[in-house]
Amino acid sequence: MSSEKQEREPLFSAKNRKLLTNPLGVDNPITVQVLGICSALAVTAKLKPAFVMSLSVIAVIVFANLIISLMRNGIPPRIRIIVQLVVIASLVILVDQFLKAFVFDVSKQLSVFVGLIITNCIIMGRLEAFAMSNKPWPSVLDGIGNGIGYAWVLVAVGFVRELFGSGTIWGYAVIPESFYNIGYENNGFMILPPMALIIVGIIIWIQRSRNPELVEEN
Amino acid sequence: MQEIFNIFVKSIFVDNMVFAYFLGMCSYLAVSKTVNTSVGLGLAVIFVLGITVPVDYLLNDYILKPGALVWLDAGFADVDLSFLSFILFIAIIASMVQLVEMVVEKFSPALYSSLGIFLPLIAVNCAILGGSLFMQEREYQSLAQATSFGLGSGVGWFLAIVGIAAIREKIRYSNVPAPLRGLGITFIITGLMGIAFMSFLGIKL
Repeated sequence: MSSEKQEREPLFSAKNRKLLTNPLGVDNPITVQVLGICSALAVTAKLKPAFVMSLSVIAVIVFANLIISLMRNGIPPRIRIIVQLVVIASLVILVDQFLKAFVFDVSKQLSVFVGLIITNCIIMGRLEAFAMSNKPWPSVLDGIGNGIGYAWVLVAVGFVRELFGSGTIWGYAVIPESFYNIGYENNGFMILPPMALIIVGIIIWIQRSRNPELVEEN
Repeated sequence: MQEIFNIFVKSIFVDNMVFAYFLGMCSYLAVSKTVNTSVGLGLAVIFVLGITVPVDYLLNDYILKPGALVWLDAGFADVDLSFLSFILFIAIIASMVQLVEMVVEKFSPALYSSLGIFLPLIAVNCAILGGSLFMQEREYQSLAQATSFGLGSGVGWFLAIVGIAAIREKIRYSNVPAPLRGLGITFIITGLMGIAFMSFLGIKL
């Protein structure tokens, strides 16, 4: 960010910094707000698709937040859902065409889940809760914050599942051959879909035992 | 006929929307606190999937597929509009949900008030859009197959949400570790249910 702007107007004031950092921890979209689990878990069997998916979601959420925030005074409240969906759908089409053009193999692996970014509740949720009532710059920060908050959970789950499930990271073997000779085996269970849920459950467990104020009643 | 039945059973158990693809997880986690509301939402999802998947099938078959516009003019044989499918599918879904909402409000006010906010929210339930996108990707051969896929996925989602709601009603009486209460334990139970559903994986239909 340009420094001369920062002198005129506190571009990263304490409030704005909070917008960026809160979603990483105490206000995480996946583990606390329970948004966007739909398309998150199915793509985490390997690190690479999880990473590409995270980047796509960050791109869509930042631009959707920006566009909706710029238009927020011109959108009639009754039809706002349709307007939001159209903006999101157009951005997702761009992302999909981009992925098909440059990383075709990952795009094939992600299959329908790129399209499902449209109905990813994180994006709708942030548009409704934040961009509709805030200025463009805080909305962009909110988008980046929530996108990264979503991304780290996805990448963490993808890392664990690929490491223990296939013994590789990003497709490179990291567990040395000698381990396999002693009798170490890849845990094929990690590749299967239910393990993603259990790993997220464990992440929630760790996070809440460190932040007791997040604990639910029942 | 047998093929249609196979698709129905397969989409309920083997390719279950929740346990195999994690679709519709947001409402699945948010609405599964009591059995009653989850039955209502589950029925609404079956209904909407049963309508939108066939409609999107026709749309895909006659407009979007590469070469689908041939019925208009032979010159359109190499037109490929499939990049428009996301935006058209979501438009169909949003308008269908609106339509269903108006019909239900007119003919069954009791059901309407019990569904409340959930009905409009179905428009952004990923299970619905996911149904249409899977239908497009798997290239079903006929309208009947697409319909049975839509209904089957809806029934699978219904079973999943009613099951988890029943478990959550009981688990209130158990001594779950405090940080795991609520969301955490629900995730883990869903994982365990998913493992149970994986026993259907080997079935060839």
